[in-house]
Amino acid sequence: MPTRAEFASWLAGAGAFIRTGPFIIHARTPIAHAIEGITTLYDGYPVTPAEPFADFHVALAASGGLRRFVRRQVDFEFDGEKPYRPLPLDQALPMFEWGLNAVIGGTAHQFLIVHAAVVARDGFAAILPAQSGSGKSTLCAALVNRGWRLLSDELTLFSVETGAIHPLARPMNLKNESIEVIRNFVPGAVLSRPTHDTVKGTVALLKAPAESVARAQETARPAWIVSPLWQRGALCELTPKSRADTMIELGQNAFNYSVHGRRGFHLLADAVERCACFDLRYSVLDEAVTAFAALEIPAAARAA
Amino acid sequence: MSDPRTLLVEALRKPASIPTMPLATLDTLVRQARRTNLLAKLAYRLDDQGLLDKVPAQPRAHFIAAQIYADKHRRDVHFEIRCLERALAAFPKVVLLKGAAYAAADLLAARGRVFSDIDIMVPKARIEEAEISLRNHGWTAGAVNDYDQRYYRTWMHQIPPLSHFRRETVIDVHHTIVPETARTPVGADTLFDAAIKLPNSPNMHVLAPADMVLHSAVHLFDGGEFDIGPRDLSDMHDLFTHFGAQTGFWDALWRRAQKTGLTRSLFLAVHFTRGLLGTEMPSSLLAELEGYRRAHPALAILMPLMARGVQPPHRSAEGGMTGLARWLLYVRGHYQRMPLRLLVPHLVRKAIMARLPEPAEEKA
Repeated sequence: MPTRAEFASWLAGAGAFIRTGPFIIHARTPIAHAIEGITTLYDGYPVTPAEPFADFHVALAASGGLRRFVRRQVDFEFDGEKPYRPLPLDQALPMFEWGLNAVIGGTAHQFLIVHAAVVARDGFAAILPAQSGSGKSTLCAALVNRGWRLLSDELTLFSVETGAIHPLARPMNLKNESIEVIRNFVPGAVLSRPTHDTVKGTVALLKAPAESVARAQETARPAWIVSPLWQRGALCELTPKSRADTMIELGQNAFNYSVHGRRGFHLLADAVERCACFDLRYSVLDEAVTAFAALEIPAAARAA
Repeated sequence: MSDPRTLLVEALRKPASIPTMPLATLDTLVRQARRTNLLAKLAYRLDDQGLLDKVPAQPRAHFIAAQIYADKHRRDVHFEIRCLERALAAFPKVVLLKGAAYAAADLLAARGRVFSDIDIMVPKARIEEAEISLRNHGWTAGAVNDYDQRYYRTWMHQIPPLSHFRRETVIDVHHTIVPETARTPVGADTLFDAAIKLPNSPNMHVLAPADMVLHSAVHLFDGGEFDIGPRDLSDMHDLFTHFGAQTGFWDALWRRAQKTGLTRSLFLAVHFTRGLLGTEMPSSLLAELEGYRRAHPALAILMPLMARGVQPPHRSAEGGMTGLARWLLYVRGHYQRMPLRLLVPHLVRKAIMARLPEPAEEKA
């Protein structure tokens, strides 16, 4: 395992090769605060200074153009191309995470990718599809610090071949009030420095638990689909949801459902068929965590 | 380790060499192929020869992902062509061009070919009527400023691209295959006359084989945009290979090139597909083109530039002069398409616009 100083020098030089779940990311950046953020969040991951093959070659670079004289900006480069609009320079770290999500969502079609958090217990996965602002990352961050294993807070990767869910075990994206909520909920939480005034407000990234990172090659079988909704003052309520509604919600939240055509339909339908499906309304994290702890493994999920 | 400058063409030429390449070489190959939109094409070449499973797991995942995407793309293109067929039912002859044509005619060149726009050709006299029909069926012109409107409508061989309001598919409507202002204008009538109707459609056509090849050639060599050079060369290789087996194709091709004034494009297409991809050509055509080369000594300057231009636009394959070569080819491409009195102001304007900061936030 490299020291953080070594990791930092690789990022600033020819690049560090970071393994996260099925992917090896080759990342480079000369931007000091991005280096600090990346080495904080990815410390403890399998990181090397060289690999013969990387899935994604990415870089964060201070952008050129006349605008640099007005306001410093950062570009996310995917193998030398700049597929996204630049962001203010101090948003380099969130951009690294968003850029990686976009690159994975846009190219890794060996997976059916649903925009959902996913956590696992004893090899069985709970999928949390939800619109942004519903508190799914917060709930995910809470669960993975109370006995669940983090697969991802953002991208649920279904293998097209086996239907199993592959972990990414990357940092979790916390926004606004939830940053403080998780700081209080998780003693000793490792968080990046908050970035203010992003399109999502203030953002901080929470480091994935070490055990989740260590087990990032262990896939899980879908067992529960729980759509969370945080509501101020709401009593914790877990209500069964129809499979049809669940299927539609997963499809709408998928990055590349249409790419997979008929096969994608069958893959999702099969997953929904085996899962117990719920809506979850909550306001207090501890109550939601208790509700999750009480989930029983459906017989159909075991049979898969 | 193989030379990164020839890696991609070697892989296209000999897919059987891919599974045994060292991982580091495969890393470069996947990156070059992604950049040039050839990842799915390579995946199909491997799959067709039963070699995909022999590729190491990491790069194989990228080939499989590209193949899955290309399958989706093929479904979408066929759907879109059916929509166009209905939208343009009043037009007895709509000619599909390039990628859409290869897909509709189910040519080898379509296998694993992913593209962004569907190109069609309708008679110039009815182009406004076509635009109205397409608008009535949901395709709308995006935010195009007055300058670009004038650029397209006065000088080019197409109207500004139309995009479907819901599916966001983009249609380029052309009335011929080279701009109005080009040095070698091509009469659209001869193209329409020779076009071939698709058996499963009432009005959709594709260009005759010779015209299809010449269009691909003039698009690459006079278009000035070499980013997709390797992809276009691979198209031409597939077209040459497919149509070359038909009797009379090669004679028709040479005659057609002379008639349309596209002999130089044909010369370059043959030179580069043969040289880089090993495309088989009959000696009669090669003899004609050798005569053409001797009569045109200026080709000696152009060809080394073109050779740089058709390199994959990836840093692994670029030498110190590649950027300059690409820029010269870009300017030359414009020069082929319009006279200097139009070209100079146009390029100056483009250069200035590209360096200005973007407007605050464009309205969608």
